[in-house]
Formats: sequence, C-alpha cells, structure tokens
Amino acid sequence: MTAVRVLVGTKKGAFILTSDGKREKWTVDGPHFAGWEMYHLKGSPVDPDRIYASQTSGWFGQIIQRSNDGGETWEQPGTPAGDSTATPDGIPMGESNKFAYDTSPATGKPLTTHQWYDGTQHPWEFKRVWHLEPSLNDPDTVYAGVEDAALFRTTDGGKSWHELAGLRGHGTGPQWQPGAGGMCLHTIVQDAANPGRMYIAISAAGVFRTDDGGHSWRPVNRGLKSQYIPDPNAEVGHCVHRIALHPSRPNVLFMQKHWDIMRSDDAGETWHEVSGNLPSDFGFPIDVHAHEPETVYVVPIKSDSEHFPPEGKLRVYRSRTGGNEWEGLTNGLPQSDCYVNILRDAMAVDALDPCGIYFGTTGGQVYASPNGGDKWAPIVRDLPAVLSVEVQTLP
Amino acid sequence: MKADDARVTIRVELPFHLRTLAGVGAEAKLEMNAVPLPTQRSVVDALEAKYPMLRGTIRDHQTRQRRPFLRFFACGRDLTHESPDCPLPSAVAKGAEPLLIVGAIAGG
Repeated sequence: MTAVRVLVGTKKGAFILTSDGKREKWTVDGPHFAGWEMYHLKGSPVDPDRIYASQTSGWFGQIIQRSNDGGETWEQPGTPAGDSTATPDGIPMGESNKFAYDTSPATGKPLTTHQWYDGTQHPWEFKRVWHLEPSLNDPDTVYAGVEDAALFRTTDGGKSWHELAGLRGHGTGPQWQPGAGGMCLHTIVQDAANPGRMYIAISAAGVFRTDDGGHSWRPVNRGLKSQYIPDPNAEVGHCVHRIALHPSRPNVLFMQKHWDIMRSDDAGETWHEVSGNLPSDFGFPIDVHAHEPETVYVVPIKSDSEHFPPEGKLRVYRSRTGGNEWEGLTNGLPQSDCYVNILRDAMAVDALDPCGIYFGTTGGQVYASPNGGDKWAPIVRDLPAVLSVEVQTLP
Repeated sequence: MKADDARVTIRVELPFHLRTLAGVGAEAKLEMNAVPLPTQRSVVDALEAKYPMLRGTIRDHQTRQRRPFLRFFACGRDLTHESPDCPLPSAVAKGAEPLLIVGAIAGG
C-alpha cells in the first residue's frame, strides 16, 4: 500500500503529515523542534527514511538535524542522541552545524563582498540554511543553499559541510544583493539525466548552472527583465523566486520570478515569459505535475508590496500548456477574505497517480489536492506560518 | 591535593532551547580547575566540550564571538560586555551562583 509523507517546516517547529494513497485521512505528528524556525526538511530519494532538516534561530544560529527512521527520532549528524562526549582526541563535535565559507588558498576563494541594501559593499556573513537538497544517488550527499548566498555540500551524511566555492567566487558577487528575505540561495535543482548538471537560484542574483558537479558555474538569466535593473541585458541581479523542472524534460525549466512567470527550453540559456492570463504574475512557488511535464502550478500574489492573493481569493493556477494559458483552481480553497502568502519552498507534488499537489500558507494551513488541483482540502488549518512543504511518496 | 589541582563545579543556566538541545535540566554543571579562575571563555569552552551540540549556538563557529542576541549575567550583574577573559565573580567561580546565559528579549 502506498503512502504519502508531507514534511512541513514552520516558524515554530516541524510537522510530519502522513496518509495512505487515498490522501483523505491524515495523521499529524509534531511539533518537532518546537519553537525553532524550521526552514526546510527533505528526504533522500534513495533512502526515504533518511530526512535532513534545517533548524535555525536568530538567537542560537544554525542546527542541522537528521533522521534515519522517517522522522520518528532525530540527531545532529555525528552527535547521536544521548552521546555528549567530544571525540577521542578531545575535539568537540558539532561540526555538523558549521557552515564556514571557503577562504582557503587551495581553492583560492577569499571571502568576497556583495551589494548591501543601500548599494554599498558588504562582506559575506553566514546566517542560515534555507534549503537542503539530498543527492539523487547517495543518501550521505546533500546540498545546502544558505544565506548569505552560497552552496555547501556534505558527503558524510551531514557531519561536515564544505562550500562549493566556485559559485560565490564566480566573479559577479559584488552585483548580488539581498531581497526582502535576505540574500539567500533558496533553490537547488538536480538534473537526473546529467549528473554533473545542477541549477541554483539566488535572490537577488538569478539562476546559475554548473555542468561539472559544482566546480564551476555561470549565470543563465538571458531574457529575464527586472524593473529595478537598468541594464535590460544584465547577467545577474534578478530576483528569481523559484525554478522547477520535470525529470523527463530536463532542458525545460519554469521560473517564478519576482514578477513574471518564465520558461526556458534550452537549459536556461534563454528565457521567455509565459505569464499569459494570470491575474498577477507575482508570486513565490512554482512546481510541475509529476506525470505531465507541460502542467505547471503557481499561486499568484497581488504584488511585491501586498503579499496576499488578489481579491482575497486563494487560487492555485494551473497551465496544461507549459504556460501562457492558465486556469484558476478554487474548489475547496477560500474565495473571500483570504490574506495569506505561500512562500517559495511551500509547494510540492507527490508521485502518485493522480498526482497530488500540496502547499502551505503563512496562515498555518496545509492544503492538499489528491487529483492534480481539481479539488482541495486542508490537511491542517492552524499550524504556525508554513515555511516549506516537501512530499515523499512511500512504497 | 595541591591548590593547582583543586576542582570546582561551575553552574551554567541555559536558555530553554539550549537546554533542550543539550538534554540538560535547568543548569549544566561543569567540572573545572579552580585555578586559573574561570572566565566566560573557559566556561563556554568547557560547556562546548561537554555538550558539543551547543557549539556554534552561543559563539560563532569561526570568530568565537558571542552571538549578538545572547547575554551573560551573574550575581545580579550584566557581564555581557566584559572581556571574555575576565575572571567570573567569585561566587560563580566557587559554584555558589550560576552563570546565566540569557536570550535577549526581542520578538516572539
């Protein structure tokens, strides 16, 4: 019997929602790490019971948690629960929480500066992990997107993290700048067909692609237009909110930019707008149907100044044509007085047939549609503000 | 026992979330040398050695600077801005009073 496990990160803890394949009755487990900001949880595609979580706090900094049993118990990698001793040679552990920018001469990436809100240059400072992306092939390898924007990788199950410094050292760093949420690397997309290829997105720098497993990177933002950037051909500086692809069509990318829904058919080399008939093309998440690579989902938000649905009506929009033609999905969603936001990491799809779509709101609701968006129902209504939603389809 | 070998139990009161993280009660107890006199730095060193999961939560991993939203108090005094190498008040050094590590009140 198949099952679904939804991993929900909120402003005040993590929750795990489970159901059988019908996706009608749900069990809610949590809060885990109560009181902490849980930016993101994601399971390994290779070993679904291996889940990584980013636990963070303005007071106490960054903690990485790992579960080996589907979220029933957690540990800091390298520091098993109940084991509070240092290593035999007396070195304190806790390395799993350490995200140190690579300034070593060997890799030659001195700590650089980026643009601050006022246009001055500002040194990189680690703040938190926004997104954890487990490898498609190895449960011990995970990529972490952090603020201030950089990409880290662990190959030992989260015990230690090392920066892939070629991204931050690409050379355009002084033109990167923080968006309203900080200067974060929030999206990591792996190409299953091409193991060396990966995309990341940064607010506000844009999309970067590597074709050599993360060693070298180049921006792939041609075709993006951003009002606040005077140069219409600017290579970087774009506030990309989210990108998504379907594994069967790895050269086709969809993007929710600050404003504009964009599409690339050539692995990011060029982009064109597919906002079409949307009531607003501002928003945060974007995702692709598990079995229909031309079916795309977004949640329009009124504007960059008013982060809530247009007209107070919560509508997911679906395009079955890869963009441009969009239909509003409203069945089961509030159609009056709704003023929540849906953050960039708070939408996901399962792999069942029909495909299930899930999203969480800043009002604490997690909605699920077991039929591709035709009908929605809340799994839970009163969680803390939802930061992230991920779905695991279990055998 | 020579005076240099004397040991003392230093008491440290942690904020709620760090207690949970370290799996301790209201106070963490650290066995330390009585000489030299304990300081903020040596106490946090000992705390991180005994509870490695706290590494990075009180001080930055690299700079070893106190995280900005944490403050140190003891014996009714705010020690936050004293040098981390200043000896702690004698009551703390003798284990009679705890060193309080407190989250600054900011937001909910």
